[in-house]
Amino acid sequence: MLAVDVDKKLGDFSLDAKFESSSGVTALFGPSGSGKTSIIGMIAGLTKPDRGRIAIDGKVMFDSATGINEPAHKRRVGCVFQDGRLFPHLSVARNLDYGRWMSGATRDEGQVKRVTGLLDIAHLLKRRPGALSGGERQRVALGRALLMQPRLLLLDEPLASLDAARKREIMPYFLRLRDEIKLPMVYVSHDASEVKALANRIIIIEAGTVVTMGGTDLL
Amino acid sequence: MFELSPQEWTAVALSLRVAAVSTVVALPFGIAIAWVLARNDFPGKALLNAIIYLPLVLPPVVTGYLLLLAFGRKGLLGAALADIGIVFSFRWTGAALACGVMAFPLLVGAIRLSIEAVDRKFEDAAATLGANKVWTFLTVTLPLTLPGIIAGAVLAFARALGEFGATITFVSNIPGETQTISAAIYTLTQVPGGDTKALNLVIIAILISLVALIVSEWFGRRAGARVHGV
Repeated sequence: MLAVDVDKKLGDFSLDAKFESSSGVTALFGPSGSGKTSIIGMIAGLTKPDRGRIAIDGKVMFDSATGINEPAHKRRVGCVFQDGRLFPHLSVARNLDYGRWMSGATRDEGQVKRVTGLLDIAHLLKRRPGALSGGERQRVALGRALLMQPRLLLLDEPLASLDAARKREIMPYFLRLRDEIKLPMVYVSHDASEVKALANRIIIIEAGTVVTMGGTDLL
Repeated sequence: MFELSPQEWTAVALSLRVAAVSTVVALPFGIAIAWVLARNDFPGKALLNAIIYLPLVLPPVVTGYLLLLAFGRKGLLGAALADIGIVFSFRWTGAALACGVMAFPLLVGAIRLSIEAVDRKFEDAAATLGANKVWTFLTVTLPLTLPGIIAGAVLAFARALGEFGATITFVSNIPGETQTISAAIYTLTQVPGGDTKALNLVIIAILISLVALIVSEWFGRRAGARVHGV
């Protein structure tokens, strides 16, 4: 379970978000500039809240009251960004292996096979990120986040940079992921149809605050 | 007509050795300082930056004289280092030190620019994948900075080849020990009939510099292609 209660002032914009999410896919839904990406950054440990508390499965990641602030690299929170952010100097295989490499764990070929099979990226392993299409790039980014064995997966507008045809191509992979790998996910989007198709819980954010929370019937 | 005496060949070889050693030794320090300046804010950053760039704007003779004060046999650092067997004064190592100090601002400048050009988003992505600051630097920032490092190293090498003022002030102009191409050309122009020989050395200096620039361009292209993910 993810519990977030944070404040942060960003210029003249002030963010004040409080919500909880359990298993399945929780969508953070709202217009661009409403603070969704900042919230994701705080959960991942890339942005420091001014005040508040963030806990994942009861483990405190940030707590301004006790001064706890786990650095991003110790949080084991997987991220898929809008632009994929694959390392351009590494092959797809090395990108996928990066999280395992940093953790020093032994290679689990079975796990790599499962994930590359699930996402249909096994034929791309030798390529460089520059030689991938937008859809392929996002699938590799998703695979890279899954292979680090995260306790929580954050998806920050993962389809926003793709055209409608590519979105239709990728959506089934997200659905398979949701149904086959029981990993809690937070899905950030401003696209109602994406959120409806994928999420089982929706948190609507406007101007930095949580407006409502509920099921898919909210949209 | 194109012939050089053994003494002049020695100067050419010495120049190459001095420039190569100064570049290689300065490189890790240059990368570290460039990273500190590009990715960190701390009190005194402006001062550190100014000190690094000082050799670029000071008269080289002043830099050489300061090196003499610090690293000469009786200098504060020179005396201490001499105790552990490292001697700079009137040795080729001193020439390398002078060249390294003179080339350092160019080295740091080129590498710093290319670190600043690395999108921090990649570093954030590395952090979420479990890489701490050091590993992020080694596996993401450094490889993406490679074109800038190559460019900076070649610039430093070329600058070291051309160094004259600081070197001659600090370690003098001793044939076979501290007489580089520049110093040899200077000496030849001071004696009657030395012009032709000086011209030969001038041609060699131009050739070495050209080759260095072409090699760096080639490396830079390859590294650039790698960094852009193709």
